[in-house]
Amino acid sequence: MCGIAGIIQSDQQPVKQAELQRMIDTLNHRGPDASGVSSSGPVGFSHSRLSIVDLTGGLQPMQSADGMLTITFNGEIFNHIELRAQLISQGYQFRTHSDTEVILNMYAEYGPECVQQFNGQWAFAIHDQRQQQVFLSRDRMGIRPLVYTQTRGRFVFASEVKALFTLPDVERKVDVAALNQLFTFWSPLPPRTFFEGVLELPPAHSMIVKNGQLKIWQYWNLDYSPNEENRSLDDWADELRSLLINATQLRLRADVPVGAYLSGGLDSSVTAAIIRNYTNAPLNTFSVNFNDKEYDESHFQQEMIRELGTDHQTVCCSYEDIGRIFPTVIQHTEKPVLRTAPAPMYLLSRLVRENQFKVVMTGEGADEVLGGYDLFKETKIRRFWSRQPESKIRPLLLKRLYPYMKNLQAQSPAYLKAFFKIRQEEIDSPFFSHLPRWDLTSKLKTFFSDDVKQQVGNQDPLADFSDQLPERFSQWPSFCQAQYLESVNLMPGYILSSQGDRMAMGNSVEGRFPFLDYRVVEFASRIPVRLKMNGLNEKYLLKYAMRDLIPDSIRERPKQPYRAPDAHSFIDTDKQQARFEYVDELLSPEKLKENGLFNPTAVQRLVKKIEQGRAIGTRDNMALVGILSTQVLVEQMIHEKPVTTGNIDPKTSAVLA
Amino acid sequence: MSSIQSDVRNFVADNFLFGEDPESLQNDDSFLETGIIDSTGVLELVAFIEDQYSVEVDDDELVPENLDSIDRLINFIETKLKELA
Repeated sequence: MCGIAGIIQSDQQPVKQAELQRMIDTLNHRGPDASGVSSSGPVGFSHSRLSIVDLTGGLQPMQSADGMLTITFNGEIFNHIELRAQLISQGYQFRTHSDTEVILNMYAEYGPECVQQFNGQWAFAIHDQRQQQVFLSRDRMGIRPLVYTQTRGRFVFASEVKALFTLPDVERKVDVAALNQLFTFWSPLPPRTFFEGVLELPPAHSMIVKNGQLKIWQYWNLDYSPNEENRSLDDWADELRSLLINATQLRLRADVPVGAYLSGGLDSSVTAAIIRNYTNAPLNTFSVNFNDKEYDESHFQQEMIRELGTDHQTVCCSYEDIGRIFPTVIQHTEKPVLRTAPAPMYLLSRLVRENQFKVVMTGEGADEVLGGYDLFKETKIRRFWSRQPESKIRPLLLKRLYPYMKNLQAQSPAYLKAFFKIRQEEIDSPFFSHLPRWDLTSKLKTFFSDDVKQQVGNQDPLADFSDQLPERFSQWPSFCQAQYLESVNLMPGYILSSQGDRMAMGNSVEGRFPFLDYRVVEFASRIPVRLKMNGLNEKYLLKYAMRDLIPDSIRERPKQPYRAPDAHSFIDTDKQQARFEYVDELLSPEKLKENGLFNPTAVQRLVKKIEQGRAIGTRDNMALVGILSTQVLVEQMIHEKPVTTGNIDPKTSAVLA
Repeated sequence: MSSIQSDVRNFVADNFLFGEDPESLQNDDSFLETGIIDSTGVLELVAFIEDQYSVEVDDDELVPENLDSIDRLINFIETKLKELA
């Protein structure tokens, strides 16, 4: 796993090696083991390497034997051994044991369609000298990042935006439409990024750059039709189980030891249990605990550790820890966040790295793919309720849904009904499942400055998203529509990115996700809805398929979403003041005015409310984290000024420098 | 403006309106319909009434009829205060 960058001069000027070097230097955290630069006339690539497969032979950028193809590649092709055998039988010869060389030969044989045969997580670029073109591709689910921009005379790409910003002709500007989308969906809609003119190649897309022209296409898509109805429960369960076992085994292919996250929830317990029971790999697990018991799951973690007998390490996380690491976290996310949840993930990957591991397996993706999120239950309840809008009993189901939400538990039936009232236009909307979340998030726009409010006034993020929906979307069951929206929006935009790749790679750690093996994803899309969620029992088929491997207490526990303390991490309500100087400074009226994105008076009211301990709700907490992270990001990436928290360890200062 | 009215208006402005102009809120505007208040907001309102006026709000009084506009809040608070007197 690695960092990649490249320059393609459409004006045919030779690429400057120093520019490639400057770009890749900013991605050292993604690949500290080696770095390389290569150029050939108007095309140049660079690469920073985290050595995992073929430690000595996998250096990049790599050329094909005939010298006509050059690749820079970030990620893993897990089925490289099978593909290699296939290529050898077709007469190909190999000089290394790396998956990188497999990609080169697959491209030589099959051209851009080669990605259809890849099982993995990738972002790569291949310079094809015969065709005089560059081919770029990104994995199906959007696990590995790839951003690009075009300036006068050239096309440039990289794993992260900071590499693009080393070039003098790339402008540093906030994309206000992206800000508007982020304060609706938690992430800009691809291909937008937070920065104007900088785009991402969306998940499951490939691209060819030739003669200064871009050709972009989607090579794979999620499809929930048809659900197969006439198979038995055991038949479904057997296939899911064997797929997951194989997906996990493939992901243990590495020339270095592989660790596993253990959250105390079902999904990471499943991956850890498979490693223990179906492979010979030693099992080293890692988890994060919280001082604030409201967020802590260590009791369940201990249970799995006992069950599996793992070698386990934990990192404990306090309010101060989150606030202190936050500027570093934002340096890596490169987009604002509305929750602090990425911060503990950063501390967790640091723990992994300190224990000399470079690779971790996680349960990420199971909720999207197999139907675990509360949002899916909420959708089911709201659909059920909307058939009898006057029912007094049906809204009470919503209380059962969120046992951990104290504020909701305290509501009277009359208010519950009022808050979750379902309007006719919602029932008919393709976004029925997500409207409550997006409405709530959109409330944060009240903090936008007058100028931003005016600029976004005639924008319609939902219409933008609607334009991106596939034609067959309307024919899928309501439950699958919700799954789809979650899988193409929040998962790549936030879960796998801000909370995933960016937090792990920030500490040079690669995440691997058995639930996101495309065979699991394609299989799961055919599972009947009633087996994904049975009544209100989430991930029913997964629990059933794994019932002998996972203790009842883990299988039957109420699902707790992964969360971390928000406003408390930045503002001490006992002392009624900010915990860190940077918080005060970046939320000051002067700084807010200077950046021009938020209304200083409104932010002052919010801060006062939080200081006095009166902000207990999701909206206020999200507002603070969203505003503060935006301010940190603008300071770091637009103004190019470091944001420090004092007292930080040397490793962190190195990242910020 | 009565003192209850100005207390209530200030509380709503400081805690829920943030970036909106407080003057734009009419005394009979529904908090629910205007989207000013979420489920937490209701609890914040109740905490405010209990702290500010030393009254207790019963569970069955947690209904929009009592809490869903400036006017309704004023009425509700005045009724509670009369009960105390």
